[in-house]
Amino acid sequence: MSTQELVIPVAREIHTEPRRSDKVFRGIVTGGGLSSLAILGLIAIFLGYRGFEVLRQEGIGFITNSDWAISTDDAGNVLESHFGLAAMLVGTILCSLIAVVIAVPISVFSALFLNFYAPGWLKKFLITIIDMMAAFPSILFGIWGFLVLMPSVEYWAKLLHRYLGFIPVFDMQVPVFTRSPFVAGVVLAIMIIPIITSVSREIFSQAPLDRIQAAYALGATRWAMIKAVVIPHGRSGVIGGAMLGLGRAMGETVAVFTVLNIVFQVNWQMLLGAGGNVASLIILKFGDASPYEIKALMAAGLILFLLTLIVNAMANLIVKTTGKSGR
Amino acid sequence: MTMTPAPTKPWAASPKDRAIDGTIFLAALLSSYVVVFITPMKGKLAYFACFFIAYAILTTTFKGIQRGNAAAKDALINSLVAIGAIVTVIPAASILFTVLQKGSPGISFGLFTHDMSLATPTDPLSNGGLLHAITGTLTLMLLSLVMSVPIGILTALYLTEIKGRFTGPIRFLVQAMSGVPSIVAGLFILSAILYPITKAYSGLMGALSLTILMIPTIARTSEEVLNLIPNDLREAGTALGGTQWRTVAMIVLPAAKSGLVTAVILGVARIAGETAPILLLTGGGDKVNPNAFNGPMGSLPYYIWKSFNAGSPEAITRAWAGLLVLVGLVLFLFTSARFLGSRKVSK
Repeated sequence: MSTQELVIPVAREIHTEPRRSDKVFRGIVTGGGLSSLAILGLIAIFLGYRGFEVLRQEGIGFITNSDWAISTDDAGNVLESHFGLAAMLVGTILCSLIAVVIAVPISVFSALFLNFYAPGWLKKFLITIIDMMAAFPSILFGIWGFLVLMPSVEYWAKLLHRYLGFIPVFDMQVPVFTRSPFVAGVVLAIMIIPIITSVSREIFSQAPLDRIQAAYALGATRWAMIKAVVIPHGRSGVIGGAMLGLGRAMGETVAVFTVLNIVFQVNWQMLLGAGGNVASLIILKFGDASPYEIKALMAAGLILFLLTLIVNAMANLIVKTTGKSGR
Repeated sequence: MTMTPAPTKPWAASPKDRAIDGTIFLAALLSSYVVVFITPMKGKLAYFACFFIAYAILTTTFKGIQRGNAAAKDALINSLVAIGAIVTVIPAASILFTVLQKGSPGISFGLFTHDMSLATPTDPLSNGGLLHAITGTLTLMLLSLVMSVPIGILTALYLTEIKGRFTGPIRFLVQAMSGVPSIVAGLFILSAILYPITKAYSGLMGALSLTILMIPTIARTSEEVLNLIPNDLREAGTALGGTQWRTVAMIVLPAAKSGLVTAVILGVARIAGETAPILLLTGGGDKVNPNAFNGPMGSLPYYIWKSFNAGSPEAITRAWAGLLVLVGLVLFLFTSARFLGSRKVSK
C-alpha cells in the first residue's frame, strides 16, 4: 500500500475585488458616463478660447452696447469694430418671455384636461399628438409660422394695439406690425406648449390619489378638488416646466430667424417689427463674416450657452425637488 | 310577489340635462355667428373664439342659477380646460394640413431620382429633385447614430448599473446638455474641429454636432428603460456566478432591447430636422455626395432652407415638398418608436 500523501487544497482567497473584466467594464462605462461632462466643458472652453480676444477688447460693453459693426481694409485687416449684444439679449429675453406667458396657461389647462377630464381614448390620442408636436423640426414651425400663422398674428397684434394700447407693453409709436417679437413669441409659444404640457401632466399625475378621493368624498366639485389638491402639489413643478420651456425658447434659432426682423437697437415694444435674438444673429452674420467677426459670434455663442445652461439647471433643480417631495 | 327594484343610474345625465346641454351648445353656436356677423372680426378663429366665450358664459351662468357658486366656477373651468386642450392641438392639425396641402403638388417621381446639380431652386419643378438631400440626411443620421449610441447607452448604464460617485452630477449634466441650443453645438464643432483641424465643410462635421444633440435624448430614454428592468434579473445573473459585465451584456441589455431601440429612434427623430448646425457645418452641396468625410453634403433641412430663401413660387413649393418628405420621415420614426415602446409594455 502506497501511502498517499494528504493533499490539502490551498484555501481559495476570498476577496471582494472585482475581476479584471469587471474593472475594464466599469472603466469603459464610467468613461462613457463622463463624456457629457467632457462635452459641456469643451464647449465652454473652446467658445471661450475663440471668443476671448473679442471679449477682452469689448469688455463689459459686449453685453451693454448694441451696435454690431466691423470695417476692414482691402487686405482684410480689421480697422475698427464694435460688437455689442445688448439688443440681441433684450430681444431674446423679450421673445421667450412672451412665449412663456402665452404657453403656460394653455399648457396647464391642457395638462389638467388630460389628467382629470379627458376619457381614456381621448387622453391617449391627445398625448400622441402632443408628443408628435414636440418631435416636429423647428424649421417646420418657422416656415409654417411665416407663411400661415403670421397674417393672423399681425391681425391680433393690431387688435391688441387698438384696444389695449393704453397698456405700456402694447404701445408703439410707429405702426409696423410685421415680423415683431410678438410674432416670434407666438411661434415659440406653439413650440414650447408640448414641453410644458408634458412636464405639467407628469407632475399632476403624481398628485396623491388618497387626497383626491378625500376631496371628492367631502363633496368637492372637480375644480375645488384641483384647487385644493392638485395645484398646491404641482405648483413648483409647473414653474420648473415653464423654465424648461424658457430655456428651449431662448436657444431656438431657425424658427425665430424666419419670423423676426433683426434690428441692432434695444427695443422693448413687443408689437413693433424690430427685434433681436442671439441665436438668429449668429445665423444672420455667419455667412459673410470675417475671421475676426467669427470670433465675436463665438463669444455670442458662449453667452447664449451660459444663459441657457443656467436657466435649464434651475428648471431641473425645481422639477427634481418637487418630484421628491410630492410622493 | 316581491318587488325587485329596477337598477337606476342616478349619476347619468337625464334626457332633460341632455336637452339643456344641447340648447346651450346651439345657443353658443348661434351667438358666435351673430357676433362675427355684426362686428368687424372675421375668419375661422373668430368663430371659434366667439363660440367658446359664449359657451363658457352660458354654461357658467346656467350652472350658477341651477346649483350655485361652486358649480358655476366648476363649469367655467370645465370650458377653459377644454379650450386649453383644443388650442394645444390646433397648431398640430394646421401644420399637418398645410404641409400636406402645399407639399403634395411638389411631390413627383423625379423628385426622388434627381439631385440639384443641374438645377436651381427657382427652376420649374420638373427640373432637379432632392435625391442628394435624402441621401445626405440618411448619411448624417447614420454617422451620428454610430457616434452617439455607444456614448448614450454607456451613460445610461453608468446611471443605472454602476451608480458610482458621479451619478448625481452626471444625471444633472445630461439634463443640462439636453438644453444646449443646437446653434451652440454647431459653433462648438466649428471652433474646436472645423477651423483648427479639417478647415473644410463636410458631412462628418454636421454629424458630430448632431451627436452632441442626440446623446442626451438617448441617455435619458435608455436610463428610464433600464430602470424598468427588474432587479431580480440582475441578482439572478450574479447568483449564477456572472460577473457584472456578463450580467449586463447577457441579461440586462437583451431584456431592455426594444426599449433601447425606441430610445435610439427617438434620438434620430430629434435630430432629423435639426437645421441650425447643418447650416453652419455641412456646406450644403447640390450633388449626391456619398463621402461624408470630404466635400459639402446636402441634407433635407438645408435644401428646405435654401429653397425657402430663394423665394419664388416654384422654390417655395420645393421647400414645402421637402418639408413633406422630412415630416414623413420624422413621423415614420416617431410611429415606429411608439409601436416598439407600446409593445414592450404589453408584454
